[in-house]
Amino acid sequence: MGSIESERTTIGWAARDPSGILSPFPFNLRNTGPEDLYVKVLCCGICHSDLHQIKNDLGQSNYPMVPGHEVVGEVLEVGSDVTEFRAGDVVGVGLLVQCCRNCHPCKSDMEQYCNKKIWNYNDVYTDGKPTQGGFAGEVVVDKKFVVKIPEGMDAEQAAPLLCAGVTIYSPLNHFGLKNSGLRGGILGLGGVGHMGVKIAKAMGHHVTVISSSNKKREEALEHLGADGYLMSSDEEQMKAAADSLDYIIDTVPVFHPLEPYLSLLKLDGKLILLGVINTPLQFVSPMVMLGRKVITGSFIGSMKETKEMLDFCKEKGLTSQIEVIKMDYINTAFERLAKNDVRYRFVVDVAGSKLD
Amino acid sequence: MGSLEVERTTIGWAASDPSAVLSPYTYTLRNTGPDDVYIKVIYCGVCHTDLHQAKNDLGMSNYPMVPGHEVVGQVLEVGSEVTKFRVGDCVGVGIVVGSCQNCATCISEKEQYCNKKIWNYNDVYTDGKPTQGGFAREMIVNSKFAVKIPEGMAAEQVAPLLCAGVTVYSPLTHFGLARPGLRGGVLGLGGVGHMGVKIAKAMGHTVTVISSSNKKKEEALDHLGADEFLVSSDEEAMKAAADSLDYIIDTVPVFHPLEPYLSLLKLDGKLILMGVINTPLQFVTPMVMLGRKTITGSFIGSVKETEEMLEFCKDRGLTSQIEVIKMDYINKAFERLEKNDVRYRFVVDVAGSKFDE
Repeated sequence: MGSIESERTTIGWAARDPSGILSPFPFNLRNTGPEDLYVKVLCCGICHSDLHQIKNDLGQSNYPMVPGHEVVGEVLEVGSDVTEFRAGDVVGVGLLVQCCRNCHPCKSDMEQYCNKKIWNYNDVYTDGKPTQGGFAGEVVVDKKFVVKIPEGMDAEQAAPLLCAGVTIYSPLNHFGLKNSGLRGGILGLGGVGHMGVKIAKAMGHHVTVISSSNKKREEALEHLGADGYLMSSDEEQMKAAADSLDYIIDTVPVFHPLEPYLSLLKLDGKLILLGVINTPLQFVSPMVMLGRKVITGSFIGSMKETKEMLDFCKEKGLTSQIEVIKMDYINTAFERLAKNDVRYRFVVDVAGSKLD
Repeated sequence: MGSLEVERTTIGWAASDPSAVLSPYTYTLRNTGPDDVYIKVIYCGVCHTDLHQAKNDLGMSNYPMVPGHEVVGQVLEVGSEVTKFRVGDCVGVGIVVGSCQNCATCISEKEQYCNKKIWNYNDVYTDGKPTQGGFAREMIVNSKFAVKIPEGMAAEQVAPLLCAGVTVYSPLTHFGLARPGLRGGVLGLGGVGHMGVKIAKAMGHTVTVISSSNKKKEEALDHLGADEFLVSSDEEAMKAAADSLDYIIDTVPVFHPLEPYLSLLKLDGKLILMGVINTPLQFVTPMVMLGRKTITGSFIGSVKETEEMLEFCKDRGLTSQIEVIKMDYINKAFERLEKNDVRYRFVVDVAGSKFDE
C-alpha cells in the first residue's frame, strides 16, 4: 500500500467539544490492510459511555470525536489475508479494535484487558491516526475484532448485544454464574440492565430488578420477564430480601451507596459493577468480611465471549428492546439518554440516514 | 442440671467501659452441658479486634467485657456426649462459640458466616448469659467449637494461629490461592500480616510486604522471609510493581486508600480485606472494571479450616512470632498494640498469671 494511494473518506457525526453536540464530519479511513475489513455501517447502538465520552466526563476526550461502538454493518471489502469473512457478510464491531496479541490477557482470550488495547474511537491506531466510531458511513477494522452476526438475527437487534449484551454475558460466564437456579439482581434498568434481565432469565435464573422507584415495575415484570421487583427505598422490602441473591449486576452510571445492595447478597455473593463512575464509591469493610462478599467489575467481553453470547442469544431467541432513530435525531437521543428516557437502547439506522 | 446446682465462678480481666482498661472481674460459668468442654486457659493471644471491642469502636460493646479469642487451654471436664476430647487434651478456641447448625452455611461447614453465630465474648449465649473470653482462668465452650492442638506444637505459639493464622489460611484456600507459584502481597505487618507472610511463603508464593515506611524492611526480609518490600509512598517503586500481584492480604485496621493497592493487582487479582474498619473505604469503579479486580473480605475460618490450618502449620514447622506477657501487663500491651509496637502478637501467659481480685 504505497503512500500515493489516496485514503478513502467517509462522513461521520462527530462531537467537536464537551457540549457533546454531534454534527457531520468528513474524515479519512485507512485503506484495507491485509487483515482488515472495510464495512458499510448499517446501524449502530448508543451506549451511555458514548455520552460520557462526548462530554469529556472522563477527562480524556479528544475532538472531533465520532462515537458509536455497537456497530452492525455489511462487509464491502476484505484484506488479502482474510478468509473468515467475505463481502456481503453481516458483521458486528464493538468497543475494541486492536490489542497487543502478546501479553497474558491477549494470549488467554481476555484481550479486552490488554494494557495496550485500542478503542474504536477516541484513541490512536497503530498507524498513528485517530480512531473514529460507528456513527459513520463506513469503518475499517482488523478482522480479529469483527464478529459474524448469526443468520436470521436482525441487524438492529444485534447492535446492542455487541456492548450491552456481552457486558452482561462475560462476567456471568467468568464468575461461574451461568448455571440455572441462581438468584440474580439487576440494579438499574437501562440498556445494559434490560439485557441483564433477558440474559439472566434465559440462563434460568430467578431475576429481581432493583430500582429506586416504582416507575419501571410493570415493564420489568410484564415486558422484560423479571420475577421480582424491589424498591431500594422500601426498607421493609429490602430487609426481607436480605441475604437472598447470588449476584447483583449493578449498571447504575452515577454515584450510589453500595451497602443496601451488599446486604441483599448471600454468603459469597458478588456485586458486579458495570457503570463507569468517577466519583468514589464506598463501603465499610465488615460488609464484605462478614459474608465474604465480592465487589468486582467487568469490562465488555472478549471476542470469543462475544461470539458465544451472539450464539446464545440466537439460540434462546433473545432480542434487545430498542428505539430506532435516524442520525439527525442523535442529539435529541443523547439528551433523552441523559434522562434515562429510552426503552432501552437507541439504535441509529445509519444506512437509512442522510449523513451530510 | 437442676437450678439448685451452683454455677462455677472464674476470674477474668474485664473492661468496664470504653476506656478499655482491664481489671479483675469474677463471674459465673455455666455448668458443663452434654456437648461442652470445661477448659483451664493456658495462653490467650491479643488481637487488634480485642482492642476495638474493649473501646467500643464498633458501637456494640457491652460491659463488663472479658476479651480474648485466641485461647489455648487444657480440658478439665467433658460433657456426657463429647467424644472428640478427653480430660487433659490441649485444645484451642477461637472467636466463634456457637452457630445455628441448621442453615445452609452451617451445613456446608462455613459456620463462621452463620447469621446466628455467637461470639466468644460480648455476645449472648443460648442460655441467655453473656459470653466472656479467654483472658480468664477458665472457659466453658461447646466442643464443636474447640479444636485439638496437634501433638508437639508449643501452646503459646499456637494461640495466634487460632485467629490470625486461620484468618489468612481461610481466604487463600477459599479463593483458590493456595497453589504454589503465585505472587502475593501482604499489607500491614502486625499479628495477621506476619502470619500472612509465613503462610504464603509456606504455600510457595513470592511474597511482597507492603508498608507505609521502611521501618520494617529488615524484619520483613531477613526475619520473616518475605521476598520483597514495597514502600507505598515510593511512587517509582509502586509504579514498577503495577499489575504484578495475584492477591493482596490487606490487614490494615484503619482507614486507608485502596487505589494504590488495586493498581498492584494483576488482571483478576484479589484485594482481601481483613481489617475491621468502620470508616468507609473508597474506590472508583474503573479501578475494578478495567482489570476485573476483586475487593473482598474474609472472616476467620471454619472449625474445619482451623484444624486444617493447624496441621498445615505443624507440617511446615510454622510458628508465630510472639511476646509473652503476664495478665497484669495487658493494659500496657493494649497501649503498645495501638501503636503497633509489638513483634507480632502479644500472648498472655494466663496459667502463669495471678488472677485474684
